[in-house]
Amino acid sequence: MSTSSFSLTRRGLLAGSASLVLSAPMINRGWAQDPTPINMLAWYGHAEPDMVAEFEAENNVKFIPKYYAGGDNMLALIAQSPVGTYDIILSDAEFVQQLNAAGYIEEMDASLFPFDDFWPQYQKFPGHWTDDQLWSVMVRFGLLGVSYNTDALTRDEAMSYNAFWNEKVKGKVGHFDWHLPSLGQISLLNGNNNPSPFDIDEAAWEAVMEKTLSLKPQVGGYFDYGGTFASLKNGEMLAMCGIGDWITGVLQKDGAPVASVIPEEGGIQWTESYSIGKGTTKHEIINKFIQYMLSPRGQVRSIQMAAYPGLSPTKSGWTAIQEANPAEAERSGLIEGHDQSPIKLLEEGRLFFRDIPQQQSLEDWNDFWSEYKTA
Amino acid sequence: MPSRTDVYKYVWRLPLILWQGLFFVVPLLLMVAMSFWLVRNYRMTPDFIFDNWERMLTRGYVWNAYEVTFLRATVAAALASLIAFPASFALAFRVSETTRRWAIFFLIVPFFTSYLVRVYAWQVLLAESGPINAVLGFAGLGPFTMLNSGFGAMVGYMTLVLPLVVILQTFSLAAIDKNLIEAAANLGAGAAQRLFNVIIPAAKVGLILGAVFAFILSFGDFVSPFYLGGSKPPTLSILIIDTTKSGQQWPRAAVVAVMMIVTLFVVAFAAVGAAYGRRNG
Repeated sequence: MSTSSFSLTRRGLLAGSASLVLSAPMINRGWAQDPTPINMLAWYGHAEPDMVAEFEAENNVKFIPKYYAGGDNMLALIAQSPVGTYDIILSDAEFVQQLNAAGYIEEMDASLFPFDDFWPQYQKFPGHWTDDQLWSVMVRFGLLGVSYNTDALTRDEAMSYNAFWNEKVKGKVGHFDWHLPSLGQISLLNGNNNPSPFDIDEAAWEAVMEKTLSLKPQVGGYFDYGGTFASLKNGEMLAMCGIGDWITGVLQKDGAPVASVIPEEGGIQWTESYSIGKGTTKHEIINKFIQYMLSPRGQVRSIQMAAYPGLSPTKSGWTAIQEANPAEAERSGLIEGHDQSPIKLLEEGRLFFRDIPQQQSLEDWNDFWSEYKTA
Repeated sequence: MPSRTDVYKYVWRLPLILWQGLFFVVPLLLMVAMSFWLVRNYRMTPDFIFDNWERMLTRGYVWNAYEVTFLRATVAAALASLIAFPASFALAFRVSETTRRWAIFFLIVPFFTSYLVRVYAWQVLLAESGPINAVLGFAGLGPFTMLNSGFGAMVGYMTLVLPLVVILQTFSLAAIDKNLIEAAANLGAGAAQRLFNVIIPAAKVGLILGAVFAFILSFGDFVSPFYLGGSKPPTLSILIIDTTKSGQQWPRAAVVAVMMIVTLFVVAFAAVGAAYGRRNG
């Protein structure tokens, strides 16, 4: 006779355990809802775990990225997709106006974002606002200057775009295969810095083309993203036109003898901004994600993004990286007064936002780039 | 009224006709049509304008790329044929049937791996700091710039086409009636005479087809000129990529593609004419 109303036999234990195991997935499903999918259109790396895993875990969301390579590619992907396909769009700043003109993005609520924390130069970024209407929020940027092999060139030699014509790198100068950054840099070398290397008249454009063609004997190749990495890493190219720390910063971590500097003639800034895709129903969580990316911890992640490093437009981002990783803050110039500090460069008039040509058509620049490559 | 034999004949032909229609003729017609379309706001719009043709055919860089592509493909076809011939000759006439089968098997093995992967391997091998230059360095030579050059691109073309050319040449040479060669020898023909007057004419079809395949594959290749040639200078396939990247100009890229296809048709038909044409006299 049992002495208790509850008795556990071996058979009962096995049956109970088995039913518990079998019902576990149901219990789990009942406790936690499936994560909300967020469709993101972005450059590679922005929806990788190092950038979004923390936010995903905290908010039970899952980013589903569609990666593109270049602004044209981005616009084409949106143009070929139904409205509402992408909840959040990361775009190069110079394409925001085109996104807006084509009606691919929604107006944003400026009061939700910490613009007071932005460096003043970035609070009203060109093209992101129409009067007081906000269309895109800048989250990171980077600088394009002279990227070079430190065994081949000294920093002093690299402090001018004339470094690309240096005999020591003859046949070893590579181009990132996109006309805007390379031609922009040569425009700067020609002294086109007022108002911008991309806002030049026909005579200046002719001079840029002539100067560019004179670089041809120095050129060793034209490379995509992967080829740029490989050719700098294996020493096939000793200097690279049209890139910056977004490439060499990654290679430096691998121990490659490469570096990037903003030369005396000035540098070009690439800028990445988030917009809300037209037709999305997930405004609240997208705004929360952009707020997260602009927070100090989000900016620390962005500055050290595994795919390619970036710089922070916020003051608290600078402070956070100085505390979290002083060496990275020093390396990337995110210290006030640093000679490569983007704010200092802006104040000195040596930093220009990458743009599309203002007095020529994009086709003119692209046609010349094709001619240059076959010259 | 068609006979029963005729019906069977058409039924057996049907899969090939359907396949060619669906996967060659229809896409080709679509591409030709696309070359007259318009791109507006990064979106293609069906139209019938000649702007794309006018623009591409009047640009110097398009013709420069055409010249480079044609020249490189011609050199690749000639080089592959010349390099392949001694090996094919040996496999056809100097080794046993078993050895030849194994050799053919090993010539097919490279196709088991991705061409892109093989080209990436060449990037490592051809680099100035790579093993080939290291070995040459022991002999006091180099370092030589092999990557991002025409030489690098040609190495890639050979990687792509050489095994195929050897196989085609070998089949063609092995099929020659040996009695013809013996007869020529019995009639006093020397080795060179037997080669040029008997063997090569008898294997003409296979030799020409090998060269044509080498030309076709090299002419349209993107991987080697890009990853081993450093896009310096760009070929037509690189130009297609550049054109689509810039403003999503697929119609302009279609113009380049049509130029390439027309060229390949002309070369292929000329080659087939040369291969199967009757000799005069």
